[in-house]
Amino acid sequence: SFKCLVEEVTATSRHYVDRLFDPDPQNVLQGVIDMKNAVIGNNRQKANLIVLGAVPRLLYLLQQSSSSLELRTECAVVLGSLAMGTENNIKSLVDCHIIPALLQGLLCSDLIFIEACLRCLRTVFISPVTPVQLLYTDPTVIPHLMSLLSRSQHTQEYITQIFAHCCKTPEHQTVLFNHGAIQNIAPLLISPSFKVRMQALKCFSVLAYENAQVSMTLVNVLVDGEQLSQVFVRMMQRDKPIEMQLTAAKCLTYMCRAGAIRTDDNCIVLKTLPCLVRMCSKERLLEERVEGAETLAYLMEPDIELQRIASVTDHLVSMLADYFKYPKTSVLDHDLKHAHELRQAAFKLYASLGSNDEDIRKKITETENMMDRIVSGLSESSIKVRLAAVRCLHSLSRSVQQLRTSFHDHAVWKPLMKLLQNAPDEVLVMASSTLCNLLLEFSPSKEPILESGVIELLCSLTQSDSPALRVNGIWALMNMAFQADQKVKVEIVRALGTEQLFRLLSDPDTNVLMKTLGLLRNLLSTRPHIDQVMSSHGKQIMQAVTLILEGEHSIEVKEQTLCILANIADGNTAKELIMTNDDMLQKIKYYMGHSNVKLQLAATFCISNLIWNEEDGSQERQDKLRDMGFVDILHKLTQASDPNLCDRAKTAMQQYLA
Amino acid sequence: MYQVLKEVGLDLERANQIAGFHTNNKQKIGVPFAAVFLINFLDVCYQEKELNQRLKRLYPAVNEQETPLPRSWSPKDKFSYIGLSQNNLRVHYKGHGKTPKDAASVRATHPIPAACGVYYFEVKIISKGRDGYMGIGLSAQGVNMNRLPGWDKHSYGYHGDDGHSFCSSGTGQPYGPTFTTGDVIGCCVNLINNTCFYTKNGHSLGIAFTDLPPNLYPTVGLQTPGEVVDANFGQHPFVFDIEDYMREWRTKIQAQIDRFPIGEREGEWQAMIQKMVASYLVHHSYCATAEAFAKSTDQAVHEELASIKNRQKIQKLVLSGRMGEAIETTQQLYPSLLERNQDLLFMLKVRQFIEMVNGTDSEVRCLGGRSPKSQDSYPGSPRLFNSPVHKASSSQTYQTEQNNAEVEMELDHFSNGVSESSSNGFLNGSSTHGIDLEECDGDMVDSAQSKRQLCGGSQAAIERMIQFGRELQSMSEHLRRERGKNSANKKMLKDAFSLLAYSDPWSSPVGYQLDSIQREPVCSTLNSAILETHNLPKQPPLALSVGQAAQCLSLMARTGSGSCAFASVDDYLH
Repeated sequence: SFKCLVEEVTATSRHYVDRLFDPDPQNVLQGVIDMKNAVIGNNRQKANLIVLGAVPRLLYLLQQSSSSLELRTECAVVLGSLAMGTENNIKSLVDCHIIPALLQGLLCSDLIFIEACLRCLRTVFISPVTPVQLLYTDPTVIPHLMSLLSRSQHTQEYITQIFAHCCKTPEHQTVLFNHGAIQNIAPLLISPSFKVRMQALKCFSVLAYENAQVSMTLVNVLVDGEQLSQVFVRMMQRDKPIEMQLTAAKCLTYMCRAGAIRTDDNCIVLKTLPCLVRMCSKERLLEERVEGAETLAYLMEPDIELQRIASVTDHLVSMLADYFKYPKTSVLDHDLKHAHELRQAAFKLYASLGSNDEDIRKKITETENMMDRIVSGLSESSIKVRLAAVRCLHSLSRSVQQLRTSFHDHAVWKPLMKLLQNAPDEVLVMASSTLCNLLLEFSPSKEPILESGVIELLCSLTQSDSPALRVNGIWALMNMAFQADQKVKVEIVRALGTEQLFRLLSDPDTNVLMKTLGLLRNLLSTRPHIDQVMSSHGKQIMQAVTLILEGEHSIEVKEQTLCILANIADGNTAKELIMTNDDMLQKIKYYMGHSNVKLQLAATFCISNLIWNEEDGSQERQDKLRDMGFVDILHKLTQASDPNLCDRAKTAMQQYLA
Repeated sequence: MYQVLKEVGLDLERANQIAGFHTNNKQKIGVPFAAVFLINFLDVCYQEKELNQRLKRLYPAVNEQETPLPRSWSPKDKFSYIGLSQNNLRVHYKGHGKTPKDAASVRATHPIPAACGVYYFEVKIISKGRDGYMGIGLSAQGVNMNRLPGWDKHSYGYHGDDGHSFCSSGTGQPYGPTFTTGDVIGCCVNLINNTCFYTKNGHSLGIAFTDLPPNLYPTVGLQTPGEVVDANFGQHPFVFDIEDYMREWRTKIQAQIDRFPIGEREGEWQAMIQKMVASYLVHHSYCATAEAFAKSTDQAVHEELASIKNRQKIQKLVLSGRMGEAIETTQQLYPSLLERNQDLLFMLKVRQFIEMVNGTDSEVRCLGGRSPKSQDSYPGSPRLFNSPVHKASSSQTYQTEQNNAEVEMELDHFSNGVSESSSNGFLNGSSTHGIDLEECDGDMVDSAQSKRQLCGGSQAAIERMIQFGRELQSMSEHLRRERGKNSANKKMLKDAFSLLAYSDPWSSPVGYQLDSIQREPVCSTLNSAILETHNLPKQPPLALSVGQAAQCLSLMARTGSGSCAFASVDDYLH
């Protein structure tokens, strides 16, 4: 009997479609009106009509200038109704090129018809299956939509809703901005219609996001004599609908992050921040809590003062702990999705809260089961949650105290290592950066991490295309080599390979270069290590040092390089690599007379090590260097205005006197 | 000085009080000192004006006659180690401060009224003194003042040295940040859900206490030398945006009212509302409207149309000041009504006397050479629509006994308290003769001067008025002999006769009686009496329920339900 029913429905549907082809226009109009009444709220009927080819015919009728305005309008209404159905309906409509047809329709002068087209366009564009790019393919569309904004409250509502949904990239922002979106939409913020106000507000939030040009313009806009930021502040009043409060807070957040509003402005400190904290409360809907937490995290990320205020506002830290109480296991997909969304939002906000202040980090780690939650978050199925959890861990890992205590107690390095094995770059960056902190010498996790065989993994990171990963890889190795055993150092050099080491010394990223020099310096510490490394890799290292000292590099890079040279000069046998290299000695001489004190100091260190008395052959070296004119330079430096440099030169001079 | 004060908007009594304080000082005051004094004095005046305005705006539902708001710390309710200054707003510690036994507190002058809904005050830390052991909070009357707020039962505090909250206990709970010199700490009591939260420099710190008891006083406590704090009970703008918080709660309460579930009874509600509207229209004799409304909502009218029209006629007479005709018409149409109700008749006659003085009663208008208008020519006053709501203020209408939840409601005067605000529009026309002006012939309008003359200025009319007064006097004596003393009647007559003691009765202290608005309670009482004889309710159910709602709110205020603050009946009447 079910089959029978389906056939019956199909039969009536066919009848509706047939009527669209009636030779009498009056019958066609009546047919469209009947179709309109038949499809309202009836998804199956909609699907049937689409399958039976109603859409192309409706579009044809809509586009024919011979059709009556009434018929064209009714066609747009039916199409709008069809679009209200399932995502598949939308796909079919888009495939039938409904968008260009409706956009064409907007050129008509009849307001009722325009509104029907816009309503349908709105429904199509807000669907996630519609490619937003379709709004921008014809360059005349955006200016025309802007001009239609003045026509009626309905055109305002639909157009701003379309903009708010279709502005997804900086290019989109620029197109809308260049066509006067701000001037055209700002007056709508005080429209008598709530829907118009709301959609206009949403437009501003997507326009201002990470866009300094838009944000800077927004702060100077006046609406009815009032500054836009004040209009947004009023929209955050606590008796306004939550959606409005939240969206207004987003606008101000984006304007602030884009540098258009100072972080200590009252509208941020006393209005936006408290509003966003309220959005995190248990009373709010799950989506609001997620958006509230994410926006708040973004707002205060760069500002320690906002982090401090948020950390004491309305018990935010413990309020966030409730985000983890949403059921983790559920048969319902959307429940699971909500649980993921809530957890990742909470992790993000914790990460932001704890990124600078030690007391706040302590407060976070002391929150009920916090470390356990992070640890389990690191191995969750949702990549979003894993990423947020590792961000949170990274933020907390900046605390010496936490590294020594909670991080060790909860063995966070284990899940972290697991995460590093097989993760997308985003996660890898955060995880490896956290690992860098865990490998600091005072971290009790350093030992177990070393034993887990992490070196190969870190070496492979240094070969990544991503500069951030290369930095983190070499940085971790640098931390690992600091005051390490000979065995570890040898292992690092072996695993990395000299070729890769020297490739990193010519890395285009200065950070990578600095950390690589740092690694070299850590490898070349304590005399036996220096001699051993230099005996096997001395030639290449001296070459690299020469290259860097001759190249165009920053003071910091050169200083670090001279420090390496000073370390080499401290070796027993390694010294000779410098002493026999007159070119290198000339370079040291040059830097002793450099205008930068830091470089002078490092070069003087190097000489001081070469002429040190108690070592074999010191007399010969002293003689040679005197002959080369170093004593004169040292003598001059004893008069230097910098006390450190002066002291260092005096100490070196004493070697000659003894 | 008074000129300045007037500008400041301070009432003279208060000004005298302050000035009196000064003269009692018996000091010879030099000119510079006087100038400083004057500046300080004006400062206090401005501050007081601002305070009153702010309190009125924040807590409109509070009846300060019954429950005054805290305005300063109480010099009588403090431990001896506490010193007060700057109009009892600054608190400093003057004890030894060696041990917790030296702690000292002070309470505000009054407890927080429930009708605030949401109450808020701020304390600025002027100096943290030696150790900054300061507590800010709430306590009930009678709680030991040799302690910091929070340590004892019915006492609650937030302490500056450790940031802990103390909920009737010697051990605190971690609550918020510490606070010190320069910080502004706010304390907000929500009397709807009986919770409390604090603020620091304008930032809400979250709920500190729940299940608070009623009638708590703002309290601060200090414990070491040098500690000084200033209170702001509304003298200055608050750092925290408390009004925004209040807006949220107003919206919540109003949403609760709007969404009050009526379940399956939606149809019943509609029918009931229609009935209420119809009965209201009938009660006040809006015949045509009542008829049209009844027809369109398919209802029966429980009174003859003719009867409604009769009442309408009488009401118009009363409201236009033609009392003699009103009494006559009443006697014609309802022969036994006034005979059986002598007090009512007396009241009508007293009003007639007043209208004679006014020159509006038909009898004196005849004598004044002007013919009384025929009854038909009275224009329907649009104000009629408002009039039934206005009532003369009357005595306390409502009594609650402590041990007895029973409530008595004097229905006659139900609308006491509701009427005042809704009468605003009416009173705006400053002329006491507003109605007359409107209804008079052209010649009357021209001679506005004559209106200020006794009985319209005619000698014959004055004689008639005096004669009428004698009749009234003898009626009063007769009534007393027959029915015993009646203080209300006595006062009514005395007040009316007092009008004659002044050369210009209109601007005399008893001149209010001449105001046309005073006709309304008379009109309403007569209308109710007529309806009663027809076995119809004295008051329309609509007015009754409005009055009941208002009474309910004031009862809520008295029993500590804070939500009454955000449910003003007026909000729903406009």
